[in-house]
Amino acid sequence: MNWYDIIFYVFALLTIVSAVGVVFSRNIVYAAFSLLFAFFGVAALYVLLAADFIAITQILLYVGGILVLIVFGIMLTSRANSVEMKKGILRIAPSVIVAGVIAGTLIGVLTTTRWPSAGMGPAEETAKPIGTLLMTNFVLPFELASILLLVALVGAVIIARREERKEGLK
Amino acid sequence: MHNFITYYLGAGFWGSLVSSIIPLVFILPFALVAIWLELKISAHMQDRVGPMRTGRWHGWAQPLADVTKLIQKEDIIPAAADKALYILAPALVFVGAYAAYAAIPFSPAYIGSDINLGIFYIVAVSALVVIGILMAGWSSNNKWSLLGAMRTAAQLVSYEIPSSLAILAVVMVAGSLNLNDICAAQSGWFWNWFVFGKFPFLFITFIIYFIASLAETNRSPFDIPEAESELVAGYHTEYSGMRFAFFYLAEYANMFVVAAVAAVLFFGGWNSPFGTFLSGPVWGVFWLISKGMVLVFIQIWLRWTLPRFRVDQLMYLSWKILTPFALVNIFAVGLWVVLRG
Repeated sequence: MNWYDIIFYVFALLTIVSAVGVVFSRNIVYAAFSLLFAFFGVAALYVLLAADFIAITQILLYVGGILVLIVFGIMLTSRANSVEMKKGILRIAPSVIVAGVIAGTLIGVLTTTRWPSAGMGPAEETAKPIGTLLMTNFVLPFELASILLLVALVGAVIIARREERKEGLK
Repeated sequence: MHNFITYYLGAGFWGSLVSSIIPLVFILPFALVAIWLELKISAHMQDRVGPMRTGRWHGWAQPLADVTKLIQKEDIIPAAADKALYILAPALVFVGAYAAYAAIPFSPAYIGSDINLGIFYIVAVSALVVIGILMAGWSSNNKWSLLGAMRTAAQLVSYEIPSSLAILAVVMVAGSLNLNDICAAQSGWFWNWFVFGKFPFLFITFIIYFIASLAETNRSPFDIPEAESELVAGYHTEYSGMRFAFFYLAEYANMFVVAAVAAVLFFGGWNSPFGTFLSGPVWGVFWLISKGMVLVFIQIWLRWTLPRFRVDQLMYLSWKILTPFALVNIFAVGLWVVLRG
């Protein structure tokens, strides 16, 4: 067992424990902050896979963007701390079906995927090939994603502005 | 040889450990010097003399006395605070500031981690600071803390955009995200530095980056997160003793991070201003820290000169002035890079 293995198991444990914390925490704020460690652990696992660009993007987007928005939303909600998370079992049949389908898909993916593993080589540059591929082979999906994001942005602004106008008319 | 420590000690456990502790050895004395400078500069700008007695010579030992006082203070955790998050928050804020030092090239022979994505990494880890501040504001269970934390998050998220766009313009010119490569691209005399050599494009970029970086360190004129006349102290209202000292240390560590990034991106980093005169690995440390200190001085100067922005003015400046200018600038720089060949 060398250092890479030890670091891998530490971060894998961090990811799993905090992901479990997100799901089972009764306190919604704790769940949001557990997500921080889960994202961080996943980023570390990407680094160990020599995917440094994906790892840093993971931290930038998920921690710096999505998590900040989630925490912001929770903080803006009054009495966020006293929100009772739903306990007990509601609607057995639909939840069994959903959980079964997801579990089946995951097990199917796990068993049918080949998991090639190679020794850690020297870190290669990843930003340049990703950028070149995005601008050549994958330029259409890339641009479509940008347009989708732009549409979402404009939509959000319109919804926010409409509420403001209604308040002004009253 | 990018890191003389891992070169001599090997890239194993001990080399990595020593190499990662070095920035801390720099941050602690830097914070003491910067606090003293802040006290003295603010005093002279307001026609006072500032601390004069502690340590005899111009009160040089005042920050040491302050630190001793902070260590001795009682550690108060409010009864209604969320204890676990309250304790974790200052550490997280400091980790965010400290992690950025891993990619700062202090000299051609010392950079914590010579990764290809250095500048991208620095932009990303500053996200931890935002989360830490939100955590501090929420867990204190205090209205001022919460308001301060919300303002900080809104401000940091908004100003990340113009600062990232400004950094992107430099990356386009240098053709690399690696901070050592960006330094090396500006070697030679000081007119090769990006801020002068690529006039006026990167000069405008520097102004945009510098304004945005002031906002990212939560300092005047962008200090509404802690605005003492309205919010007592913002997100760290409830903190005392060492936990407060951690926020303070993180703020000064962050000031140097943005100054060092500006020095690397626009002022040649570890390059000597005079060609090969006084250049080399050891002088590199001197030049980077001197350039950083000059920019830190300008930050202090602006803090004690300008009044605080209102919240709406702050958002107006970021979204309607800096971001459009940064976008037009990126377009101009891109066009120029392409046309030049």
